[in-house]
Parts: sequence; structure tokens; C-alpha cells
Amino acid sequence: MWQGFPIRPDQASTIAAGWDHLFYFLTGISIFFSVLIFSTLFYLAIRYRRRSQDEIPPPTKENLPIELTWTLVPSGLCVVIFLWATSLFIRNSRPPEASAEIFVVGKQWMWKVQHPEGPREINELHVPVNRPIKLTMTSEDVIHDFGVPAFRIKKDVVPGMYTTEWFAATQTGRFHLFCDQYCGMGHSSMVGWIIVMPPDDYERWLNSQVKVESMAAAGAKLFLQLGCATCHVAEGVGLGPPLQGLFGKELKLQNGKTVVADDAFLRSAILNPIPVAGYPPIMPTFQGQMSEDEVLQIIAYTKSLATSGERKDTKR
Amino acid sequence: MSTVAVEVPALPDVHYLNVSYGWRSWLLTTDHKRIAWLYLLAITFFFFVGGAAATLMRLNLIEPQGSLLEPATYNKLFTVHGLIMIFFFLAPAVPAVLGNFLIPIMIGARDVAFPRLNLLSWYIFMLGGSVFLYAVIGGGVDTGWTFYTPLSTTYVNTNVISAAMGIFISGFSSILTGLNFVVTIHKMRAPGLTWFRLPLFIWSMYAASVIFILAMPVIAITMVLLMLERFFHVGIFDPALGGDPILFQHLFWFFGHPEVYILILPSMGVISELVAAFARKRVFGYSFVAFSSVAIAVISFLVWAHHMFVSGMSIYAGLVFSALSFAVAIPSAIKVFNWTATMYQGSVSYDAPMLYAIGFIGLFTMGGLTGLFLASLAVDVHVHDTYFIVAHFHYIMVGGAVMGYLGGIHYWWPKMTGRLYPEGWARLSALIIFIGFNLTFGPQFILGYVGMPRRYSVYPAEFQILNVMSSAGASILAVGYIIPLIYLLWSARYGPPAGPNPWGAKGLEWLTSSPPPTHNFEETPIVTEEAYAYAQEEA
Repeated sequence: MWQGFPIRPDQASTIAAGWDHLFYFLTGISIFFSVLIFSTLFYLAIRYRRRSQDEIPPPTKENLPIELTWTLVPSGLCVVIFLWATSLFIRNSRPPEASAEIFVVGKQWMWKVQHPEGPREINELHVPVNRPIKLTMTSEDVIHDFGVPAFRIKKDVVPGMYTTEWFAATQTGRFHLFCDQYCGMGHSSMVGWIIVMPPDDYERWLNSQVKVESMAAAGAKLFLQLGCATCHVAEGVGLGPPLQGLFGKELKLQNGKTVVADDAFLRSAILNPIPVAGYPPIMPTFQGQMSEDEVLQIIAYTKSLATSGERKDTKR
Repeated sequence: MSTVAVEVPALPDVHYLNVSYGWRSWLLTTDHKRIAWLYLLAITFFFFVGGAAATLMRLNLIEPQGSLLEPATYNKLFTVHGLIMIFFFLAPAVPAVLGNFLIPIMIGARDVAFPRLNLLSWYIFMLGGSVFLYAVIGGGVDTGWTFYTPLSTTYVNTNVISAAMGIFISGFSSILTGLNFVVTIHKMRAPGLTWFRLPLFIWSMYAASVIFILAMPVIAITMVLLMLERFFHVGIFDPALGGDPILFQHLFWFFGHPEVYILILPSMGVISELVAAFARKRVFGYSFVAFSSVAIAVISFLVWAHHMFVSGMSIYAGLVFSALSFAVAIPSAIKVFNWTATMYQGSVSYDAPMLYAIGFIGLFTMGGLTGLFLASLAVDVHVHDTYFIVAHFHYIMVGGAVMGYLGGIHYWWPKMTGRLYPEGWARLSALIIFIGFNLTFGPQFILGYVGMPRRYSVYPAEFQILNVMSSAGASILAVGYIIPLIYLLWSARYGPPAGPNPWGAKGLEWLTSSPPPTHNFEETPIVTEEAYAYAQEEA
């Protein structure tokens, strides 16, 4: 039970080391200034202790150079920290182009994961080592947060929108997944594992799963079941835009705005339809009729129809 | 005791405490000093209720599987702990107790500008507190103090509406108190008491009062929207109703971040008074300390979204709020350096209030520095919503605000009661609080860094040793808080008379008798010197 005194989380992703360097720098600054202030306080308190009750100390002199020094030096330090932290954040935020995509749906109080190949998991996520993984996440109820300390990643999982985060694990093993945003009674049991495997083992694991259709195939089935195919006809002669080559394309809306057809746009187009220029505004809403998993499958299907090469990934 | 009085002091024959007796003379009083006592009783009650909740939480966390409580109970406890400590203890602590008692005396006035409004504020506070206690006793509330939507509006089935109503009502008490203080400080200063002769406590209270007036209406309207959605299902925050959950976070933190400066600014003012009095020196860089309070009040309204770096906000918004959050650190740093430098060439005594002041400066420094981690976009990602953040804000709120409050209570206790507290016990408990505090919250920094999320009633076994350390510290801290309760109560009746100025301190409050007469001064004082004019005594 007592596994020693934890002093550092595992360093198991490509960004962990860079993160730790900044953390150590900040810790160094904090220790330096804390020691400086405490020792100055103690030194002055002892050096100038009251020796007699009627002692009158000399008047306090204002000293502009000193004031400027202890205003500007911390300001300069703050600028350095800000630049370092911000550039690291921006670099850490962008998933590599080659990321494999995995879909996460949070609900009270479990993590539901689906791989594009089809297998689903609950409170576990199997991934291959050294391969960038991008998570597209949403919630069925309240706000959750997908945090993996060993990877130094964390992002809220918000109902009604997609958020994304990515990681590339550098070590095989089991790493804790925590819900970090308080989500109600079972919050502290909304805990799972990221299981990082060598690529061969991962392939074997994927194949060993009960044979289920891929997300795109499931989406294709839904596409027919829900009657989408009536209007979204492949040749572009229907009442709705065709899905072929849609994903990542720039679309002109009826209100004159231009949007990129990314995950977030497709989700809202299904749940709160947005009329696209050139088509009649007759798309019904599927709010309440589809689960978040099903919306993701339709999106996966749409992605599978994107003409390869033109595909633009979402930037957020 | 560092008394400078030559003859043995005695209490004045008539003062504000004995001028009239009976329940009515207290419950219908318009004397700012008696109203301060009314607040003191109420917030002391709330402090120990909130503290009891924290004690139960720390006991539960001794074992990974939770040694004591059901998760649902644990969730209610941390919600109640947060809401009580923030809205019903810290927000009124220094302003409504020390501010009420001291602002009129420090500026040489007979009372605040609107004495009856002042009493009304207390009644509104008590009404809000009662509604909130009703919510707690009638089943509790488990949303966390942040009330995040749609959890609070759609998913929990605890007493969200009555708790929100309690917060809504008590907010008006703070608005009216802030308004009263701003007008008092503007209009009722004694002849000769210019802005730059004011004690720095007044500057801090002024800055905090402005935040009260501007930030409290925002939480009031946010609570109304929350109640509307929960009760009438108006779609504001819940995406299933067409709302936006992130909007709630913007509204909440637009109030919430200025709020934390409401909690710390008044204590900063107390520290300026304590350092000057116990070093017998004018505060180093008076105008820098004064204007840093104003700067904090202004910038505090521009940093709210640093609570939302992992909420799914755009990178560029994060960038702007990160930069502004670093900016708000600078005025705090200026204060720390100036307080420290005040002791240089001073005459430093180690009375209990000074021990609290030194503790405050050191612990606030640590709290502020760890704030830099959270203002840093990249770093915040990993430590966000972990125990690191819990440790950080307790260093500010307990190591800072509560230490400042206790230091202030000890320093002005002789003025409030006319009697001295036992100095030995006071020094001992200050030391116990300092040790207990660091043992409680120090390990939580590491706990957060290794990844333990906050608001967990059960946790993986590898976090146990740090949790046990923290719980052990909490028990020491609890002892440290109970000792002053006992000896202060004792001394209010049996302590030796203090005399008008037991510390040999400067400031108008030390010119009048202890306890002061109902109208504070026999005749309106005329101010001819700057604040903290210790060095001019020999002239």
C-alpha cells in the first residue's frame, strides 16, 4: 500500500520533459524568492529587535531606485516565464498532422472510448507507444475533464461541443486517467487507465477485440437508417450537400459566412442545422434523437468520404 | 507586554460597551463598533462550522478508500466548506469586523456615513446566512462552491436554489458595506487627514470596497440566472436547453477573481499597520504600497479567464489572460518587498500580531509565487484542478487572509475590549498555526504535482502518505485555532486593562480611550502629520 514517497509523476509523453523543465525553473524561482523573503524577514527581525521600550528608530527614507528595482526585476522575470510558458503551450496544443484519432465521450461517471477501427472501451484506453494520438471529446451530461498526469495533459470535456487534446506516449505501461473537473457524486470514481503497448501488441489487442464494424461503417449504416441519404445524395443532385469530399472543405453559409466543415461544424450541423448556401433550409434537427457516440460515427463516416490529400485537420 | 503607559491603566468609566445594556441596545444599535461585534460573533460561528467541514474531509482522506464518509457526504462537505469560508467568513472577516470598527476611528469620524444602512447590512448578512444554513441543514448542496453548469442546473438534486439564494442575499450586505465605506472614507475624514496621510489599512479597505460594489452585483445576477435555469428550465447554460456552459464560467469568474482580492486586500491593509506598529517605522514606500492596492483592484477585473485555460477556450484568449495574470502579480510583489524593507533600521518587537504579520508576508509570498505556475499557460494544464491549486489558494487565503485577520484581531483586541490578551498563549498559538498550516498545505503542492485531482473522496493508494501528512497538519492547525478562541474570550472579561495605547502605536485609534466612547473621540481630532510618524517623536 505504501509505495514510497511520490515526488514526481511518470514522465511518459513527448511533452512531459519540456513541461518538467519549465516546472523546475518555476520551482527554482519560487524557492529562491521564498528563502530570500523568509531569511530577510528573520534577519531584519533579529538584527533590529527592540532593545529598549523607548527606542526611536530613524525616519524611513523613500528610495526610488530600490522601488524600481523590485518592480522591474520581477516584471522582467514574469515576461521570461510568460514567453516560455506561452510558446510551450502553443507548441503542445497542436496535434501532429499524422495523429491517429480516438473518440472519447464522458458521462456520469465513466469514460467511453471508441477507436476508429470499431472497438469500444470503458475507463480504459489502449494506445500504441510512440504514436501521436488525438482525442476528440465530448460529454453526454455535465463537464468532465480528461487528465493524464504522466502525459502532462488535461482538457475539459464539455457537453454541446468538441474539445481536443493529443499525446504521444514514450513509455509502455499503465498510466492513470483522472476526471479532473468535479462532475457530481461519482466524480472520484471516474478514474481509468491509459494502457500504452508496443505497436505489435497493440495490433494484436485490436484484432483480439470482438469483431465490430469500424466507426465509419457504423456511421454509413446510421446514415441510411436515419434517412440522411434521402437528401444528401452522392452525386450532389439532392436537397442537401453531398458528404463526398465534404470534410475539411470551406462552405459558404446562407448568412454569408464561410466555415470549414470540421468536427465541430458537422456536429452542430446535425444537431442544430445551419443552412448552407445553395440548398433549401429544410434539414430537421437530430437533437435528442442521436447519442453523442452516433454523431461521432456519422462524422467518422463523413471523414472516410473526404477526398484524401485535401483533408484539413481542425486547428483547435 | 510592551506597554509604555507609566501609571497602571484603567478602563474609562463610560465607553461604547457599557453605555447601554440589553438585547435591544445591541440588535438595534447603529454604533459601528457594536455592529462590528455582531459581525464578529456571526463570522466566528461560520468559521468553526466551515472548519469542522474541513476537519471531516481531512479525516476521510487519511485512507485511500475514504475512512469515514460516503462520496455524496464528502461532496457536500467541500461545497459547504468553500461557500461558508468565502462568502460567510473571509469576505466579511476583515472588512465587516475590523473595517467596521476601525475605519471611522482611524479617520477621526464619529461613525460611518450611513449608520442605519450599516445595521441593515448586518441583518441582510444574517438573513443570507440563515437561508444558506437552511440549505445545508435541509439536505446540503454538492455542486462545489463554483456551481458549474449544467451540473448545478440540471444534474444534482440537492438544495442548489436555497444555497444560491443565500449567496444572492448576502451579496447585498457586501455591496451596502462597500458603499458605506467608500462614502465614509471620501466624506468623513478629520480635518487635515489628506489622502496621503491615511493609514494604508484605509487604502486597502477603499480598494476592496470598490470591488465589493462592482463585483457583487455580477454574482447576484449569475445566481439569478442559475436559479432561473434550474427552476424554470430557461436555457441559459445547459446545452441540452440551448445554453452555453462556458458562459457560466465567464460570469462566475468575472466575479470570482475580483472576489479573491476582496478576501486578501483587507488583510494586506492589516499587515501594513502591524509591520509599521511593531517595527516603529513608517511603512517603506508608502505611496507604492497605497497605489499597489488600487492597481490590484483594477487589474483583478481583467484576469478572470485564467481559471479557464483548460475549458476549451481559444489559445489567443488564454494568451491575453495569462499576460494580464502576470501583471497582477507585480503589485503584490511590491507590497511584500516594501513590508520587508520596513523593518530595516526599525525597532522590532515580537508581540503576537507581529508574528502573524511575519507569517503572512512569508506565506503570502509562497502563495503568490505558486500563482505564477497557474498563470503560465503550459504549466496550468497539468496542475489545473489538482491539489496544487488547493495548496496555492490556501496559502493566499489561510496563510495570507486568515493570518492577517488574526493578527489584526490581536492587535486591536485591546482597543475593542479595553483589555489585554495573554501574550504567551497568543505567541504559542501563532506558532502552532504557522507549523500546522505548512504541514497541512505544503504536502498538497507535491500531491497536485504528482497528479491527485481535487474534490476526490477516494484516491489511488500512491497518494496516501502525502494525504496523511496533510491530515496530521490539519489537526495541529485546528488546535491552533481553538486556543485563541478560549483565551480571547477569557481576556474580554478577565484580561488586565490595556490603556489607550498599549503598543505605543501611531494612528488616531490609539489616541482615544480603550474601549472608545460611543462617538469615538471627546473632540474631533485635527491631523497635522503623516501616517506612522514614529521618527518625529524625538523632535
